[in-house]
Amino acid sequence: MSTMVEARGVTKAYGHVPVLRGVDLVVAQGEVMCLIGPSGSGKSTFLRCINHLEKHDAGELRVEGELVGYRLQNGKLYEQSDKQICAERANIGMVFQRFNLFQHLTVLDNLIIGQMKVKGVKEDAAVKSARELLARVGLDAKESNYPAQLSGGQQQRVAIARALAMEPRLMLFDEPTSALDPELVGEVLDVMRDLAKSGMTMIVVTHEMGFAREVANTVCFLDQGVIEESGTPSDVLGNPRSDRLRSFLSKVL
Amino acid sequence: MSKDQQSEVEVVPVRHVGQWVGAAVVLIAIAMVVHTLFSKVPLQSGLNKCVTTAGKRVCHPIFIWRFQWNTVGQYLFSSEVLHGVILTLQLTVVAMVIGIVLGVIIAVMRLSNNRLLAAPAWVYTWFFRGTPVYVQLFFWFNIGLLYKRFTLGVPFLHVTFFSTSTNVITGVWAAILGLGLNEAAYMSEIARAGIISVDEGQTEAATSLGMTKGQTLRLVVLPQAMRVIIPPTGNEVISMLKTTSLAASIAVIELFGAVQNIWANNFKTLPLIVVACLWYLFMTTVMSIGQFYIERHFARGALRSPPMTPVQRLRKDLRTLGGRTRLTRMTS
Repeated sequence: MSTMVEARGVTKAYGHVPVLRGVDLVVAQGEVMCLIGPSGSGKSTFLRCINHLEKHDAGELRVEGELVGYRLQNGKLYEQSDKQICAERANIGMVFQRFNLFQHLTVLDNLIIGQMKVKGVKEDAAVKSARELLARVGLDAKESNYPAQLSGGQQQRVAIARALAMEPRLMLFDEPTSALDPELVGEVLDVMRDLAKSGMTMIVVTHEMGFAREVANTVCFLDQGVIEESGTPSDVLGNPRSDRLRSFLSKVL
Repeated sequence: MSKDQQSEVEVVPVRHVGQWVGAAVVLIAIAMVVHTLFSKVPLQSGLNKCVTTAGKRVCHPIFIWRFQWNTVGQYLFSSEVLHGVILTLQLTVVAMVIGIVLGVIIAVMRLSNNRLLAAPAWVYTWFFRGTPVYVQLFFWFNIGLLYKRFTLGVPFLHVTFFSTSTNVITGVWAAILGLGLNEAAYMSEIARAGIISVDEGQTEAATSLGMTKGQTLRLVVLPQAMRVIIPPTGNEVISMLKTTSLAASIAVIELFGAVQNIWANNFKTLPLIVVACLWYLFMTTVMSIGQFYIERHFARGALRSPPMTPVQRLRKDLRTLGGRTRLTRMTS
C-alpha cells in the first residue's frame, strides 16, 4: 500500500507557545487513523497543517508524496502560490466540529458550489452527484432546506457529503461529533463507518473511543505536541504502556 | 378527591390608565397638526373682496390656505420640479454606486494583513469622515483652481492616454465626486462590520474546499455579510437622497435647486418648500419599502422562517383583533 500522509518532525508554535513538537506519523492509503489525546495536545492543529489551513514551522509534511505548501527544487524550498495550495486542498476533504455549512445556501447548493466553482463541473453533473451523496447520507429529502432548519446530526452529515462532493482522496475529521447531542452522535458515526468501509483514507480527531476501537486501523495518542503512543486500537486502548495514556483513558472511558 | 374537570375562564386584562392618558394627549396633538395644515387665514396684504349689491357695498376679507395648497398643487408636477426630481435620483444612484463599490474595496483593504493596503484605507476613512461633506462639495467644485488639466497616463513618464481641462468639472460632476467619495468612507465601515460578523468557520470551510481568497469573499462571506450590511446601507441611501440637496449650493439644479429657482422668481417660498418636502418624503417612502424586501431576501437561511411582509402582518392582526384571550385551565 502506498503512503497517503507522512509527517517527519512537524513543529508548530503560536507565538511562543509550542503546540506541535516534532510529530512523526505515516498514514497508508485506505487506512483509518484516529488521533486521540487531551485538549490542547495539538490534534486539531496537526490536522489543519495537513491541508495547510495552518502553516507548520518546521519538519516535513507530505501528502501523496508531495510536500504540503512547498516545492523542493535544486535543494531549496519554494513556497507554493495560493493557486497551487488551493488546488491541493480540493483533494483533501475536511469536516469540522461546528459543521460550518454555508448558511446562506440550501443543502443542495452547499454540495454543488465547490464542484462548480473550484473544479469547474457543469451544473447538472454537480447536481446529480450531489443527490447521490445526499441519498448516501440519508438526507435526499432535505436538499432544498437551509442548514439552520436541520438538526446538528443532519448538518454534520451534509457537511460530510459536501466534503465528499469534491471526490477527495483523503478525509480529515476534526472532532466531528463533539458539538452534537448524545443521541445524534450515532447517525454521524454510521456515515463515517460506511465511508471507512468504502476504502476512504481517513484521519479522525475524536473522543469516541468506541468508534476508534471498532473502525480505526491505527490509533495515535498525541500529548503535549508529540505522538506518545501508536498502534492498533486493541494495543493502544487495551494495553496502554505510558502513564499519561493510562490516566487519559481512565478519564474518557 | 373529585375528578379533574376542564373549564374555560375569561381573562381580564390589566387596565393601563397611563396609556389612555398618553393616547389622549397624542390624539389632541395630531388634531392640532391636521387643523393647522388645513386651516385658512385672511390674505396678508389685507385686500378685501368687495361686492356691490342693490347699491350697498359689502366687503369681506379673502381667505386662503395657510399652507397655500393650491400653489403646492400647481408646482408639484411642473416640469422644472420633475427635472429636479430626476436629477436628485440620478445623483443618489450614481453617488451610492461609487460609495458602495469603493467602500467594499476599502473595507477589504482595511482587513488585509498587508499594512501598505490597510493603512491608506484607514487614512481615507479618517479624511473623508473627518471633514464636512458640504465643504468637500465646494472643494471638488473648485478643483480647477489647483489643477488645470485632468490627465490619464503613466506616472512620471510623460505618457498620456487622455487629457482634458478641469473646466469639465461642472457642478454635477463635483457633486457626484464629493458625495460618492464621502459615502465610500461610511460604506467601508458598514461593509467591514458586515464582513467581520461572518463566522470564521465559513471562511475555513470555503478554504478547505479549495476556494481562493477571492472566491471565498465573493461566494461565501459577502452574501452572508449582506444581512448585516443592508439595513445601514438602506439608511445611507435615504440619507444620500436628502444630502443631494446640498448640491444646490454648487449650482446643481436638483430638486431643491429647482424649487429655489422657482421661488427666486415668484417669492412663493413656503409652498415650494412644501413641494420639495412632499417629493423627498415620497421617494424615501418608496425606498423604505424596497429596503424591507431586500432585507427579507438576504435573511434567507439565517432565520427558520422569514419575517412577515406588512400585508401578512395586517392579515394576522385582523384575524386576532377583538378576540379576547381565553385560557383553559384545569380545576380540581
